[in-house]
Amino acid sequence: MRGDLRTYWLLARAGFRRQATYRLALAAGIFTNSVFGVIRASILVSAVAGAGAAVAGYDARSVSSYAWWGQVLIGSVALWGWSEMADRVHSGDIAADFLRPLPLHLTYLAADLGRAALALLARGAPMLAVGALYSGMTFPAAPTEWALGLLSIALAVAAAFLGNYLVNCAAFWLVEIRGLTLAYSIVATLLAGLFVPVHWFPDWLRLVAAATPFPSFIQTPVDILSGFAAGPAAWRAVAVQVGWVLALGVAGASVTAAGRRRLEVQGG
Amino acid sequence: MVDNSTDGLAGAVADAVAGAAAGGAAGGAAGTSGKRTGALAAYRRIVQSRVRAQAGYRVSFATDIAATLLTGLAELTEVYVIFHNTPRLGGLDFDAALLVFALANLTFAAADLLVGHCDRLPTYIKQGRLDVFYLRPLSLLGQLITSEVSLRRLGRISVALVVLVVALARGDVQATATTVGMLSVAVVCGTALHCGLFVAVAGLQFWLVDGREFANAFTYGGAYAAQQSSLVFPDPVRIFFTFVVPAAFTAYLPTLVILGLPGGDFADPALAWWLPVAAAWVWVVALVTWRGGVRHYQGAGG
Repeated sequence: MRGDLRTYWLLARAGFRRQATYRLALAAGIFTNSVFGVIRASILVSAVAGAGAAVAGYDARSVSSYAWWGQVLIGSVALWGWSEMADRVHSGDIAADFLRPLPLHLTYLAADLGRAALALLARGAPMLAVGALYSGMTFPAAPTEWALGLLSIALAVAAAFLGNYLVNCAAFWLVEIRGLTLAYSIVATLLAGLFVPVHWFPDWLRLVAAATPFPSFIQTPVDILSGFAAGPAAWRAVAVQVGWVLALGVAGASVTAAGRRRLEVQGG
Repeated sequence: MVDNSTDGLAGAVADAVAGAAAGGAAGGAAGTSGKRTGALAAYRRIVQSRVRAQAGYRVSFATDIAATLLTGLAELTEVYVIFHNTPRLGGLDFDAALLVFALANLTFAAADLLVGHCDRLPTYIKQGRLDVFYLRPLSLLGQLITSEVSLRRLGRISVALVVLVVALARGDVQATATTVGMLSVAVVCGTALHCGLFVAVAGLQFWLVDGREFANAFTYGGAYAAQQSSLVFPDPVRIFFTFVVPAAFTAYLPTLVILGLPGGDFADPALAWWLPVAAAWVWVVALVTWRGGVRHYQGAGG
């Protein structure tokens, strides 16, 4: 057990280091995140101004805070484009992964948590400064709120990763999953509340979102870090995240097992 | 999936280039005009091979189209959600915002279909595909542009077209010389403007191989800014998206003219007719960065 934990730790550290190598890519990420943050914050602040008063509990400052905390998370919470596992199924490299003694989804998850930690420090943290300068931000006041916020980010990263992993598992059955992953990313991004808060959705769409894990990816950590959800509501939201991580983790393990029985790798 | 037909591309290009050479020889007396039609024929054959390659994989093609259709619908939902909560955004009501959305999406998706793959230049460089372009008697930029046609963007284009028709009907727009003229200029020059942005950042990619995400700020960022009323931005940002990266010209300013709306500071409807100049400005920058990038490029080695 202790040996396993050490392996996961090393995988996470490797994920962290791998990401830290590409300095220019990090600079590009900060720049692009800032540009999108400026556009998003402008739209939302303007929407609140157009309504003439607070919209669903958001005034100009809190909606700006929502936009920029979303930009902080976007580098860490992987909503788009992870296809490493599907690529390895197609190339047959997945056979080598199955020879290893640890569950596949957890080893990938460890590496992704390392990647996310670096992204949070290098790409996310600068957004706090840009956001505060551009249109204003709110930060957690107490250390316990920071701690709960960081826990919520870690759970969001894990949930989003396990969601991507499940979609990648479709590669065991389908030859081509680009359309599927793209469709998943689009729906996930919308229902996660990245571009407009889930609290602004019309009732029917909010019900749809609540039935999916997606609000746990972005809306929940943003609510906690921006102070939109506090006290018992924040703890309840984190409990929901824990539930989704466990559910997606169990689903990931069982789908991997089913896919493994199905897998045929040619050559040797 | 298109990448599985690279061999087909190589064959088509070889045929096309051979044809072009023959055309050039036959029209030797006619000089450069013969050469130019030869090059055009070559590009046409390359593009035809790209189209065939995608249509060949039916299921894959259909799911790709469905996915870009979904992209358009998701973005439309975001606009709908905002107007579910506020009657006006940046001085526009929902109908006017739909017209901005339609024009911005139509022109960007059309540009994405034609030249969107240019932002994959770093991949082409790493795979050595760019070096292959150097071996052929065709322009480098011409080959990069014709190396792919992303027909799957048709899904998003069709969403934009439907929204455009709905927005024009709901806005009760009459067909006058002004509205028809503005609409045509907006669609044609707006597409050219977004294409220019893709080429401009492709030129920058020669320096930024690992920093390709910079490109997204100008291409996708420009498209995202183009979908909004300029009045949502504070003055410096509005000036940037009007006179530096002139995204406001592709949808917001033409909408002011078509619907007869007043606009605001640095967002005068009269500016809209300068769209061809804005598109030309983007293309001048694009050709300068492209030339600079090509001169800077030393080859991928190996």
